[in-house]
Order: sequence, then structure tokens, then C-alpha cells
Amino acid sequence: MTHTAVHRYFHNVATSTTSIFEGLAVTMSWMFRRPYTIQYPYSPRDPKTRLGGPETLPERYRGFLEVDMDICSACLACERACPVDCIRIDVEKIVLPNDPEKKEQRAMTRFDIDMAKCMFCGLCSEPCPTGAIRHTQHFESPVTSPLNLLMRFVDPAKPVIPYKVKKGEEPKTKPRGEIAAAMYVNRAWDAPAPKLPDIPRPVPGTSTDTSTATPK
Amino acid sequence: MRALVDLLNRSFAVPAVYQPYLAAGVIFVLAFVIVVFAAVYSGVLIFAERRVAGRIMSRIGPNRVGPHGLLQFVADAVKLIVKEDIIPDASDRPLYRFAPYLMTMGVFAGFVVLPLSPHVIGADLNIGLLYVLAITAIAVVGVLMSGWASNSKWSLFGGMRSAAQIVSYEIPNALALLPGVLLAGTLSTQAIIRAQGGWPWEWYVFHSPMMLALFVIYFIAALAEGARIPFDLPEGESELVAGYFTEYTGFRFAAYFVGELAHTWIAGSLAVIVFLGGWQIPGVSVAEIDAAQGGMLWLYEALALAIFVLKMIFVVFLMIQLRWTLPRVRVDQMMVICWKYLLPITFVALFLILGFMLVWPWESVGGLLWRVAMTAVGLGVVVVYFWRVRYNIVAARDRLYLKFWI
Repeated sequence: MTHTAVHRYFHNVATSTTSIFEGLAVTMSWMFRRPYTIQYPYSPRDPKTRLGGPETLPERYRGFLEVDMDICSACLACERACPVDCIRIDVEKIVLPNDPEKKEQRAMTRFDIDMAKCMFCGLCSEPCPTGAIRHTQHFESPVTSPLNLLMRFVDPAKPVIPYKVKKGEEPKTKPRGEIAAAMYVNRAWDAPAPKLPDIPRPVPGTSTDTSTATPK
Repeated sequence: MRALVDLLNRSFAVPAVYQPYLAAGVIFVLAFVIVVFAAVYSGVLIFAERRVAGRIMSRIGPNRVGPHGLLQFVADAVKLIVKEDIIPDASDRPLYRFAPYLMTMGVFAGFVVLPLSPHVIGADLNIGLLYVLAITAIAVVGVLMSGWASNSKWSLFGGMRSAAQIVSYEIPNALALLPGVLLAGTLSTQAIIRAQGGWPWEWYVFHSPMMLALFVIYFIAALAEGARIPFDLPEGESELVAGYFTEYTGFRFAAYFVGELAHTWIAGSLAVIVFLGGWQIPGVSVAEIDAAQGGMLWLYEALALAIFVLKMIFVVFLMIQLRWTLPRVRVDQMMVICWKYLLPITFVALFLILGFMLVWPWESVGGLLWRVAMTAVGLGVVVVYFWRVRYNIVAARDRLYLKFWI
């Protein structure tokens, strides 16, 4: 009979001592091992070394949106698909400033994406016939004003003529992420908010709308 | 304290009328120094605790405030002090307000008899060890008081648990320190250190196998006394929110923390004093330190201080490491550990040591051989420990990484 109460008693003492000893050895081993933590976005030893950039993310990561205006056909499919209405496209028939023939053309005068509103669902890039609008792996763009996240892909002074989709031709586009890199990376995080034109809004109570007025 | 008064008397001609004021002033200044020391020690400890916890969990820990996060505790303290001080409506207001100070008072008062070096000590009482064991037990009154005065079930449970725990573990705690008193023949902390020596085989921990066991038992009991993991039942987060200080906020909450953290100094310091040879410098006898003058005296003081602090770091590190190694014990397990294991083993070891002291007195050759053998055993434990540490690193196919400041 080995499993008497006395045996159990000393067995308990021995096992608890050795197991605590072994546990201490395990925790002590971590004092001599490198922590898994990566100090994003930089290592304090070398602040120039940036860790964990977009290139470490998977290819199909839904980061910031970018639009290749060279192949955008101005079909407005993305604007319609957006559930949060963060895309705003204006297409007008105008005379381009540098057009010698002074002919009216269909051109985009605005292509805005408010990345502060975007919920990164990817519904805009799905219907795009040319693959002009797409998500990138870029994700970091700290700003002090959310207005700085309003991305303008068309300069109002230089309207863009839409791309004509030709049958059997694959639209040539820039590598994914190149446009976004130019727009989002290395921006000043504390840049002042841009001055946006005031949009007049009806003030409640001072409505000039006469439709509800009593008829004469 | 008396030494300081004498020194002031020798340096300045203080009239007899002002002697009581001088003594009172010295007491006040020393008390202030001790409180500041305990508070700063708590801050440094919580920094060390968080960094060590981080590394054990393969994290880094706080490293943003100040160089390597060293000033994190200042930020924590400022944050706690500026918080709103909430006193529950249904609480017993005077008791509720007083309880945290009673607890910190009990802990701070224990610092008085804990030496740092041959001359740095608040007061070398001839009943030092008894005093420190008795005065730190006052903390339990504060804990129980806060548990009751909060008028909250969680607080009351925490307070009751704490009372049961501290009262139970007082016994193995005191009994494990008793052989040191028997060997030195005194309760004075300084005299116990003076009876030991600088080399490991002159420490009481390696006196005999029983002494080594009692060191472990003292360590376990001291952890329970300070309510540290694995014995932090009074504040078990998973069942009692925060235990006896559930209802506390702001400065009073911080006072509890400082009290608990400062208690690790008392627990570790007693282990160093009674078991690990205190501030004794290897190769320098006590007589040489006493006879030293001028520069040599300062050198010895600094060396002794460094050695004491080094030993304290070792003991406190072990406490921190245990905290992040072991899970919390259950209430019944806590009682079983104390009454069924620690207490009987302590008694048996105590009587065996009495016999041991008769057969192999401290000065005898047999006693020395035992001590050298036990030192070898202790060294062997350390070697096996680091061999197991190495095994754990190799088994994980990891590389050695020796940067401690990330």
C-alpha cells in the first residue's frame, strides 16, 4: 500500500515544490527571450525604422480607396453603390479650359471620397467596370481634422474626360497602391483643415419656400 | 534615532530645555524620511512589477513616461490623487475615512526597525523582530475596518478573508523566523545580522536543511501576509471586484496600494535579515566595520547598503516572479496550506533545529561542514534552475535575448 494518507501528504509537498520550481523556470525563461510585441509604428531605439507598413498586410486588404482617373469611365456606379454616400462625383458638359475648338464635352469636375466617412465595405470597387476605384493596403493617415481625410481625385481647375471603354481592350492602370501612396503617405498629420466653400443651408423657421403658404 | 540625537548634541550646544523638542524633531524627520522612502519604494516596485510582468507575458510593459517608463509611477500617482474622492452614502464615514491610514500606518511603522546598513536604521529596538511582526498585524485592523465601513458585501468578504488569512499565516511566519532568533540569541534586527557573516555559508539560511525549508515556508507565509498572488484572496478580482477596497477611490485607494507594496519591503527585508545575512560584506568582519573611521566607514556603509539592496532585489524579484507564475489558490486551499502543511512542518523543523544546535553548534567543525554542504545544495538548486531555464528556451526553439531595456 503506497497510497496512504502519509504518502499522499509528502507526495503533495514534493509535487507542489517541484512544479512551482518548474513554473518559475518557465517564467524566468521569458526574461531571456525576445517579447513578441512590435512597437508599432516604430522602434524607440531607431525612430527612423518604421515597422508594420502597408506591405505587411494581405494583398486583398481593404484599406484606403484610390481612383485611377486615367481609366475612370464616369459611370457613377461607385457613387450609387456606396451605402454611406462618401463618394461624390460631378459630371458636367463644359468647355475644357485648354480646348482650342471650344467644344462642349462631358467631363468630371469633381471626384471626392470622404475617407472619414468610408466604412471600407468594398461595395464601390465591385461594380466598377474598369477597376479604377479600388482598395489599397494603406491604412495609416493620422490627421487632426477629419476634413483632411476628404480626398479629391479631380482638380476643379482641370476637369477630367472620362475613359471610353473599348470592347476587348483591358484598361491599362497604374500598380495598385501607387496613387494612394502619393496621397496618404508622409502627409503632415497636423496640417490645418482645408477651407471648404460654404454650402448655404436653409435655416429652420426662416424658410422662403412658398409651397406651404396659404393661397391668395 | 538616538545616534542622530547624540550627533546633533555633539555638533551644536543644545540647551537642556530644548532636548525634548530636539528628540521630537528628530522623530518627525525620521518618520517623514521613512514614509517618503516607503512611498518611493512602492512606486519603483510597481514599475518593476509591470515591466517584469510584461516580459514574463512576452510583452514589453510601460516604457513611455520618462526614460524607459521609469516615471510611470509618478503619472499613476498624479492620476490617482486628482481623482474624485467618493465616500458611499451608506458607509460608516469616520471609519471609512480612517481605515486606509490605519493600514498604511501599520506597514510604515514596521520600517522603523529594518536596517539598510550598519548605521542606517530608524531605531535598533532590542525587540525589533517582535515589534515588526506585531505592528504589521495592525494592518489587518485597517483592512477589516474598511471592509465593514464600506457597507458593501464585496468589501466585507474581502475584509473577512484578509483577517482569516493574516491571522492564520502570522503563526508560520513568526515560527519560521524563530530559529534565527534562537541562533542569534536576540530579537534585535541589527544583532541578528551581526551574528551572521558575509559569505553564504555564514548565513542562517544554509545553517541546516531545516533552515532552508523554513526559508521557503517563511517566504510563502510572507506572501500570504502581504496578500500577494497566489494569496491575494482578500482582493480576488474575479469574485470580489477588488475586495476590501472596492468602494475606495482616489488618494485612499492609492494609500491601500502603497501599503500593500510597501509590505513587500518588510517581508523581503525580514527574509534578508534573518536568513540571508543582511548587510554583511563578504570578507569584512563586523569588528572591522565597527573600527572603521572616516572614508573607510563611508565605503563600508555604501558597500553594506549595496549588498543589502542587492539581496532585497533578489527576494522581491522572486515575489514578483511568483506573482506572474502561479494562479490564485482557493480559500479552502489557502487554509489547508497554512494549517495542514506549513504549520506542522514548521514545528517539526523548529524542534529538529533545536536538536541540531545541540549536536552541531554554530562554531563547531561539524556545523561549518553542514553549512558548506548546504551552500553547495543551494548553489546546486540555482544551477539546476538555470539549466531548466535554458531547457525552456531551447525547447521553444528560441534564441537568447539579453536586452532588458526595450
